[in-house]
Amino acid sequence: MVPAENESPTILEMKSITKEFPGVKALENVSIRVAAGEIHAICGENGAGKSTLMKVLSGVYPYGTYTGEIVYLGETVRFRDIRASEAAGIAIIHQELALIPQLSITENIFLGNEPRKRGAIDWVEAHRRAIDLLARVGLTDDPDTQIKNIGVGKQQLVEIAKALNKNVKLLILDEPTAALNEADSQHLLDLILGLRGRGIAAIMISHKLNEIEQIADSITIIRDGHTVETLNVKRDGVDEDRIIRGMVGRVLEHRFPERNSHIGEVFFEVKNWNVQHPLTAERMVVKNSSFIVRRGEVVGFAGLMGAGRTELAMSIFGRSYGNFISGELYKDGKQIQARNVGEAIDNGIAYVSEDRKALGLNLLDDIKDSVVAAKLSKISRAQIINHVEEHNVADEYRKSLRIKTPTVDEGVNKLSGGNQQKVVLAKWLFTDPDLLILDEPTRGIDVGAKTEIYGIIRDIAAQGKGVILISSELPELLGVSDRIITIFEGAITNNVPASEADPETLLKSMTSTKKKVNDK
Amino acid sequence: MSETPDAPKSGFRFRDLGKMFGGAQSSGRQVGILGALVVIIILFEGLTGGLTLDPVNLINLVNQNAYVLILAIGMVMVIIAGHIDLSVGSIAAFVGIVVATAMVSWHFPPPLAFLLGLLMGVVIGAWQGWWVAYVGVPAFIVTLAGMLIFRGANQFFGNSNTVTTPDSFNIIGGGNIPDFGPQFGFSNGTLLLGVLAIIAIVWQEIRQRRTQGLMGAEKAPVWVSVFKVVVLALVAGGATYLFATGRIGTSYPVSGIILGVLVLIYSFVTRNTTFGRHIYAVGGNWHAAELSGVNIKRINFLVMMNMSVLASIAGMVGVARAGASGPGDGTGWELDAIAAVFIGGAAVAGGIGTIVGSIVGGLVIAVLNNGLQLLGVSNDRVQIIKGLVLLFAVGIDVYSKRQGRPSIIGLWSSRQRRNSGDDAPTSGAAPLDRPSIEPDGNSAEASSRPPSTTPN
Repeated sequence: MVPAENESPTILEMKSITKEFPGVKALENVSIRVAAGEIHAICGENGAGKSTLMKVLSGVYPYGTYTGEIVYLGETVRFRDIRASEAAGIAIIHQELALIPQLSITENIFLGNEPRKRGAIDWVEAHRRAIDLLARVGLTDDPDTQIKNIGVGKQQLVEIAKALNKNVKLLILDEPTAALNEADSQHLLDLILGLRGRGIAAIMISHKLNEIEQIADSITIIRDGHTVETLNVKRDGVDEDRIIRGMVGRVLEHRFPERNSHIGEVFFEVKNWNVQHPLTAERMVVKNSSFIVRRGEVVGFAGLMGAGRTELAMSIFGRSYGNFISGELYKDGKQIQARNVGEAIDNGIAYVSEDRKALGLNLLDDIKDSVVAAKLSKISRAQIINHVEEHNVADEYRKSLRIKTPTVDEGVNKLSGGNQQKVVLAKWLFTDPDLLILDEPTRGIDVGAKTEIYGIIRDIAAQGKGVILISSELPELLGVSDRIITIFEGAITNNVPASEADPETLLKSMTSTKKKVNDK
Repeated sequence: MSETPDAPKSGFRFRDLGKMFGGAQSSGRQVGILGALVVIIILFEGLTGGLTLDPVNLINLVNQNAYVLILAIGMVMVIIAGHIDLSVGSIAAFVGIVVATAMVSWHFPPPLAFLLGLLMGVVIGAWQGWWVAYVGVPAFIVTLAGMLIFRGANQFFGNSNTVTTPDSFNIIGGGNIPDFGPQFGFSNGTLLLGVLAIIAIVWQEIRQRRTQGLMGAEKAPVWVSVFKVVVLALVAGGATYLFATGRIGTSYPVSGIILGVLVLIYSFVTRNTTFGRHIYAVGGNWHAAELSGVNIKRINFLVMMNMSVLASIAGMVGVARAGASGPGDGTGWELDAIAAVFIGGAAVAGGIGTIVGSIVGGLVIAVLNNGLQLLGVSNDRVQIIKGLVLLFAVGIDVYSKRQGRPSIIGLWSSRQRRNSGDDAPTSGAAPLDRPSIEPDGNSAEASSRPPSTTPN
């Protein structure tokens, strides 16, 4: 059943795919070969290029926007859009489900593909086929149920049923179990194995290495937009450690600033922090988490996507995420209240969000307006803004953070990503924070700007402030932090000085619940 | 005008004219609309054989449109915050009938009746603001309901009758500044206003140059300032002359003075106060505003409340102009105000717009209306033309933005900016559509966040 490499026919081969975005090469010469009837996993760190590769394959990035060749079922294909790849039997199931919550299961399965009789939708036929498709994915729910009334796990299965209806030959699953609990995940994995038995090949992207080890036949590892290696699970005897080594096995190529840490007293403390998901009450996104931050210390937070790092940070920052359940904050030994963002700012907490365009900046503003936006009171008397002071403050940050712009009157949407990030940093430095939380501060910016941001982070720490650095890039965490805390499924799983940490052990703590906390 | 693209640091910069309006990114559009206003005035002045700029017509123009322009002031703030208010016409009518009844039946003195009207605006605004900000019903629905409620309230309260208001009250809608001092064929009150306006223009320019100096920003050459002041002073002087030479006993109308004062106050509020800044922040990106500590609910509440207060003023000015309050007052005012705001450069999605721009937008409609009527164009055709003007004004703006190329006027400024050497990967070309460098950015973390904590 399990095909060995080079022996079974190839269903898909992507050759030397290169995809560029302005200023950055997301994929360079990536090649991947999927045998018929196999489950092929693609592994790599966040931002390695996995999703981009799948978007190239499924036609989200149409032919012509990339270079390289895609051979599918023995023919070179040039997909113009998703419809073209679907017509060829390639279905992609995204981590964010593409179902419409207000429509029924049947309506969703046949959306855009409705069976017709004399021009009108044949609901009887649709209903009959829906029951059949649901049975194939192991669902017994009434096909008239609205999507919003079934759980995420079942929604995932409906997505697969939808793909089966389109005679799928190659199924692409992007983090299919990211939002699922243990039982639902297992059910889904079994289903994928079952589909393989019926000759449907699958490409699976997942951060959960144990799942990959469990069901994949072969694994392609991508790092920084390059193919690193392709492993045959059976032949090469692959286990989690082997995959991790492939994912992180690189020399630290970013230049990190010299670390002259002067770590002082513990000044900030989070105790027994619990937060509920804002929509699904039974899901805890932060579970009983406690940690400390010392003055002059950069604390790195490592975890996979969806592990709860952002949720933890935002809930500390004025409960701006989720439903706060319980927990205490202490600053300099005294308990503080941060029930809204205003109180958090007044208590010297600042949060630089991971999505600077959606959450960090008003892109209609100019630089100077953005810099002062979180603390207008500092440049105004009796609610009246002093424009001269505003301008001068922004100009000082322009110089000290080296924001590349002719004047601070320029609109922030005219700046490059790295310079926008500096504006956001300036905005929060202007609030005089004692604790600065940085959520993916280098996401989507080029290497040069990254190095500058690292320097700024160390400078902030050198001023005796505490920094929490959330990052998906382990080299970055190892290079900048003084101490690293790992989070898995909302709970803290490890807490080690950066000098004693190595990527392999960190990745282990990020992917399993084995608790190993030493709080000092 | 000679443009020298290679010397961006000196000479006349078209962009600087835009700064007269205070808007950062919408200024190009506003210069455009101001140009359109001038063209329309000149066009109708020619077509009507000089009737447009006749003093009697100008006074009429101001009186006829003051209340819509007052509404536009509040409306632009509502639209900047990302909402809409459909109820202003009905609120104006309801406040009007109550105030008129208070004076006629309950013998309120006009000033007290005016205060009563303001108080009603506050109460009605608090009602609507509460629904929008704290309950979370979209403003479109809340004010659609308000449109029905207060129209009905107007007719219920007044039994669908018309109530005539006393002359002492009607001053605010159709009155003139009482004349004083020696007579030499001009309205002395208007002349005084004109002199004050010119002084204000000069003072404003001096103050601006001083501010630029304090900021260490590059100053426009002195001749630019002088040129600007001279042009503005000539416009103000010309207007003063026209308004001052009307029929004996007429002058710049009182409703125009009320409008002017409100424009000054609200321009200051939107540009120079934290409240004003927060309105732009909420409309531009309320997620970011919330994470910057802005109390979004409070801002939404105040913006909606303020709109109703201005609607009550507009209602009273409208009643005073007509000399009576009736069941059909204020019909369609909300649409005129909304049209003025959008012609004046505001963005439907919120975050962009200025008071002065909206006033200019309102004047475009007003002059168009007036000129077409002077030409004897029937009302049906006037409406068709107004509709097309609104559509094309906003259409041109949307088109030029989507193409990523600046408007015709914006071209002047971007050519200069391109030389100023920033590292922006795309200069003005649809920067928002740039794909994120890391496509994994749509993480599960991001998607597990609720779309909003306040529904609008």
